[in-house]
Amino acid sequence: MSAETEWTRATVEGLRDLTPTIREITLRLPMAVACAPGSHLRVGIAVDGRADVRSYSVVDHDRSVVRIAVKRQPVSRGGSAYMWSLHVGDTIRVAAPRCDFPLTHGASHYLLIAGGVGITPMVAMANTLATNGASLRLVYAARSADEFAYRDDLVARLGSRVAFVDASRGQDIDIAGEIAALPDDAELYMCGPLGMMDAVRASWAAAGRNPIRLRYETFGSSGQFQAQPFTVRVPRLGLDVPVAADQSMLDALEQAGVEVAYECRRGECGLCAVTVVDVDGTIDHRDVFLSDRQHRAGDRLCACVSRVAGGSITIDPAWRGDGAFFPTPPAQAASH
Amino acid sequence: MTGSFPLNAWYAAAWDAEVGRTLLSRTICNRKMVLYRRTDGLPAALEDACWHRLVPLSIGSLVGDDVRCGYHGLVFAPNGRCTHMPSQETINPSACVRAFPVVERHRFVWVWPGDPALADPALIPPLPWLDDPEWAGDGAMTEVKADYRLVIDNLMDLTHETFVHGSSIGNAALAEAPFEAFHGERTARVERWVLDQPAPPFWAGQLGHDGPADRWQIINFLAPATIYLEVGVAPAGTGAPEGDRSQGVDMRVIHLPTPSTDRTCYYFWAHMRNYRVHDQGQTRRVLAAGGGIMAEDELVIEAQQRAIDDHPDHVFYNLNIDAGSMWARRAIDRMIAAEVAAPIAVAAE
Repeated sequence: MSAETEWTRATVEGLRDLTPTIREITLRLPMAVACAPGSHLRVGIAVDGRADVRSYSVVDHDRSVVRIAVKRQPVSRGGSAYMWSLHVGDTIRVAAPRCDFPLTHGASHYLLIAGGVGITPMVAMANTLATNGASLRLVYAARSADEFAYRDDLVARLGSRVAFVDASRGQDIDIAGEIAALPDDAELYMCGPLGMMDAVRASWAAAGRNPIRLRYETFGSSGQFQAQPFTVRVPRLGLDVPVAADQSMLDALEQAGVEVAYECRRGECGLCAVTVVDVDGTIDHRDVFLSDRQHRAGDRLCACVSRVAGGSITIDPAWRGDGAFFPTPPAQAASH
Repeated sequence: MTGSFPLNAWYAAAWDAEVGRTLLSRTICNRKMVLYRRTDGLPAALEDACWHRLVPLSIGSLVGDDVRCGYHGLVFAPNGRCTHMPSQETINPSACVRAFPVVERHRFVWVWPGDPALADPALIPPLPWLDDPEWAGDGAMTEVKADYRLVIDNLMDLTHETFVHGSSIGNAALAEAPFEAFHGERTARVERWVLDQPAPPFWAGQLGHDGPADRWQIINFLAPATIYLEVGVAPAGTGAPEGDRSQGVDMRVIHLPTPSTDRTCYYFWAHMRNYRVHDQGQTRRVLAAGGGIMAEDELVIEAQQRAIDDHPDHVFYNLNIDAGSMWARRAIDRMIAAEVAAPIAVAAE
């Protein structure tokens, strides 16, 4: 059971290209909203005429005005293309911001790590922490020098407390070094590509740090491989379901009439984990529900975010049919 | 329509001794919380609802420093983070409950129901008599079915002692004595002196003197819900009005009516004295007398709340004697207005 927040319409008040691939969208809601750092805004979008929902971290907010920033994805699941098509004055459907990535107050120090468009929740967090006088450091990695969104704002706000890591110049975040420099009760918040977050998680564990002080949010939008089309074979139902490069396996299964339970649609809850029978290619696990051990075992995958790089995957869905669970009724038995 | 209490404030949620290695459920400013002590003795306050299915954590159990939900076994740390989730090898990164800022000071466990970023322990009301060895006493808590502001009204005008507490601390002289009301931005004060009159029975007993006495009654309010009274008597003419209370008996009576809901409050109170401080029997007798006085107030205030509920459109006509409560309510209203003007960010809701 999910709490259904009331949906409302927001007006696009401003558009600003922060980098060649990241666009800030300023929205005005009809009411003032509470919006803790780490909140995301859910936006109703249209993909090929179908209604769908995407979540975007809130960068900044003042009463009824909410700012988000959206990356133009070369291979989009539909959200990025839709958001980039908006013009000033357009109205879109949104639900009030919700926070699943809250800051915990009172830590002696905060390390924020952002990769690419993962900077969006970190801007709000860094601003709040700086306002509160908390001790913090932000490490922000991007593909190239022109891809640092909010660079000037962050420098003005944080001064020497922000470090920029430019991958095009061969720079890489010194994750182990950053973690080693932290006091024991420091918290680390991160948002970015899966590979970066996996590396931070591994370093955090290797340093013997308390896992509850490592906080992250994922929207399951990146993996080890570029998204590519693949086929899902469902022998129990006699179906072969094609999954397009810009489509999730969960959406493809649903459209083909294969029922899958789901909740978060971002690789957290584990409800959509399906049983893998066989795979031709490599599973690109993009969830945080299954453990590393379970990812290596490869007998389940989270259909909402994970994909296959290569040809196809054979799965067994939860469907067994009504006849599978109860004894055959006596009347029917007698007719045989 | 604004609420009746500010959220960005420290409120007494429990007496020190009420919070231990058990789960105590309290509703503070309409926020349900579960209070307990960690293994190192420090208090913790979590939202009293499991992140998963909202079952109150207070009907779960303590596991070391953490609370385990009594339904499906999710475990939450004192900072609200989930540390265990059943039937999976990982922990959902979204899973957490709200942790409320909590500090133990002056024998109370204080919580901050509003924006945790603003919860500065320096803002906890100073009540030094509760942990000063020069002062002795104890107190209790009474759950009152009334808006906490009705308790404040009651305390800001002690004329009512004559009529509500006539057998103990009130007498006719008190109701006729002049008083003065003062205020600051967040504070209010009412001073009243009754000079050269017989003390009422309770005070005559404390002083051990039946003759004419000078009596002081000074009410100090700090918004939103802290009051301490300076009350005492000294033999008439021994210099108390001029500032020398040394020949008399002096008390600090602490009143903390913490809002629970809009129509209920936890009324914490304590009587601290600076005489016969090693006399435990005296502490017991004063506590018992205080309990009796509190019961008399509770009866009137709850009846008043029911009457207010029966007359939703009625606007009070304030009298001269209401000056103190008017200053107190203005200070509360200013705090509420400041929050409405700048909606606070409420985490994880």
